[in-house]
Amino acid sequence: MKIKFWGVRGSIPSPGPNTQRYGGNTTCIEVRTDDNTLIILDGGTGIFPLAQTLLKELPINAHIFNTHSHWDHIQGLPFFIPIFIPGNQIQLYGAFDPISGAGPERIMLIQMQYSYFPVREAEMQSSIVYQTVMPHEQVKIGASTITPTLLSHPVVNFGYRIDCNGKSVFFTGDHEPHYNIYELGDDGYDEYQTMVDEQRQSIVDAIRGVDVLIADSSYTIGEYPSKKGWGHGTFDSCIELARAAGAKILYCTHHEPTRSDDDLEKVFAEALARHPYDKSVLDIRLAREGEEIVI
Amino acid sequence: MTELSAELSKKLSEAVDKMPAFPKSVQRVLELSRNMNCPPKELVSVIEKDPVMTLKLLRILNSAYYSFPKQITSVNQSVIYLGLNTIKNMALSFAVVGVLPKKNAAGFDMQRYLLHSLTTASLARTLCQKFGDDDTDPGDCYIAGLLHDFGKVMFAQHMPDEFREAMNYSADNSVPLHHAEQKIIGVDHTVAGAMLVEKWQFQKSLSDTIRHLHDGTLADSTMQNCLFVADQISKYKTAGEGDIVIVPELPDKIAERFGGNLDDIIAQLGDLSKVMEEARSFAHIGKEAIK
Repeated sequence: MKIKFWGVRGSIPSPGPNTQRYGGNTTCIEVRTDDNTLIILDGGTGIFPLAQTLLKELPINAHIFNTHSHWDHIQGLPFFIPIFIPGNQIQLYGAFDPISGAGPERIMLIQMQYSYFPVREAEMQSSIVYQTVMPHEQVKIGASTITPTLLSHPVVNFGYRIDCNGKSVFFTGDHEPHYNIYELGDDGYDEYQTMVDEQRQSIVDAIRGVDVLIADSSYTIGEYPSKKGWGHGTFDSCIELARAAGAKILYCTHHEPTRSDDDLEKVFAEALARHPYDKSVLDIRLAREGEEIVI
Repeated sequence: MTELSAELSKKLSEAVDKMPAFPKSVQRVLELSRNMNCPPKELVSVIEKDPVMTLKLLRILNSAYYSFPKQITSVNQSVIYLGLNTIKNMALSFAVVGVLPKKNAAGFDMQRYLLHSLTTASLARTLCQKFGDDDTDPGDCYIAGLLHDFGKVMFAQHMPDEFREAMNYSADNSVPLHHAEQKIIGVDHTVAGAMLVEKWQFQKSLSDTIRHLHDGTLADSTMQNCLFVADQISKYKTAGEGDIVIVPELPDKIAERFGGNLDDIIAQLGDLSKVMEEARSFAHIGKEAIK
């Protein structure tokens, strides 16, 4: 299984001299399984450079799994050039949105409205199929199995686990570990805490034993208190999650748009210093645009 | 037990979508949703007091789209699963439907209905916490209390003429309302309420409890027992000035389980003023209406 990062930035594209080493594009990860099935995790702006490379292998059959519908995870989709070329097959998977009552089809319909984009959704020339997926319900593609897990974010967000021939990767999309909304001593505290513990455990179970965990580590623990409830994790929460689940490699991603490369390395090193680790058990890395690994 | 006709069942279940929520929750949800840092527990506390919002929320969450490992039966669970912001926006979408009018064509007193439902819900939860001897969830008893009379709201909103006739028949002939409903409408509000929660895949114990509230056929169910007793206490405590309140003899099995008659049980529950005050403030009813 090959994994390549095409976008590792959170919130908004952040090009410029300060983000050159780790990259400024928003979330997009390419996964190639053993049978060369093309799975794309999220269509942030990183999907545009990925699309350029795919033009060499047309027609393509791409399976795009959307973790959630926030801009930084969908913004590149209308620029995914293969959607305009006849002969390509595109499958877009995503969650049901309880507010609009729609599935992933709405991601394209809304972005490709007249006021926002010159081509309408109906004018795409490829064959595009939208599939609403459900938590725990596995999607089988060739030799791969993709399992969605409901995580915690201000909009419905699925983490996806991809298993293929004994290798596995889990991508959280955006995720803030669950926390108790009651204060210690409040009536509902204990009951809520039980639910928090159950939910945290079910997430650990979903990730258990993966070769690679790619997780949202937007904040430092110092920044987190003022961002609580915004739906993102910290370097420390990701390390703890990777440890609890027994992941072999952790990639920290969704880098803060204002964080320069130097600062990113600095806060990452500080987090590692708080969590001494044995590389042969758990290797912890910063996700970098352009990096590719084979597992 | 008479069942709803397919036509009536369809009419009532479709009607819930367009059904406005209660004034206090609509007002509070609109206020809270203006605040980006809306305190989660305040939002939960507002939604879980409104039968319409709660029903709509749990209905969507229990739909096939999420296939959660277990039934979602509380607003807190919905926050854990879908997150505060999503629940806030769902509540907002319910709030913008409008506000249930104070007056309806059936002449059904919505404020008193809400006061009774909220009081019954809190009492059913407390009774389960105190007397439950199996794995019945007190939160499920709360929902049972909150929704047990929802059929009345549906009748009042969508079959006002028949419902008014049933209420008049009940008053004129001194028979319980559910008997009058069976005679005039063909089914009583428990069947209508149970049908709604059943249709939306709420747990079966909840729909059974609501359906059999008045016929005593679920004698051994903790949820049914707690709801039955809570309903009686609530009727007694929320009766208005001039209402004739007959404190019923509890069935032997229930009296044995809860350690005595209604007054004995009330005494065991301790100070209920907080429960009553919360319900009253939400239902917008003056203090003088509370015993």
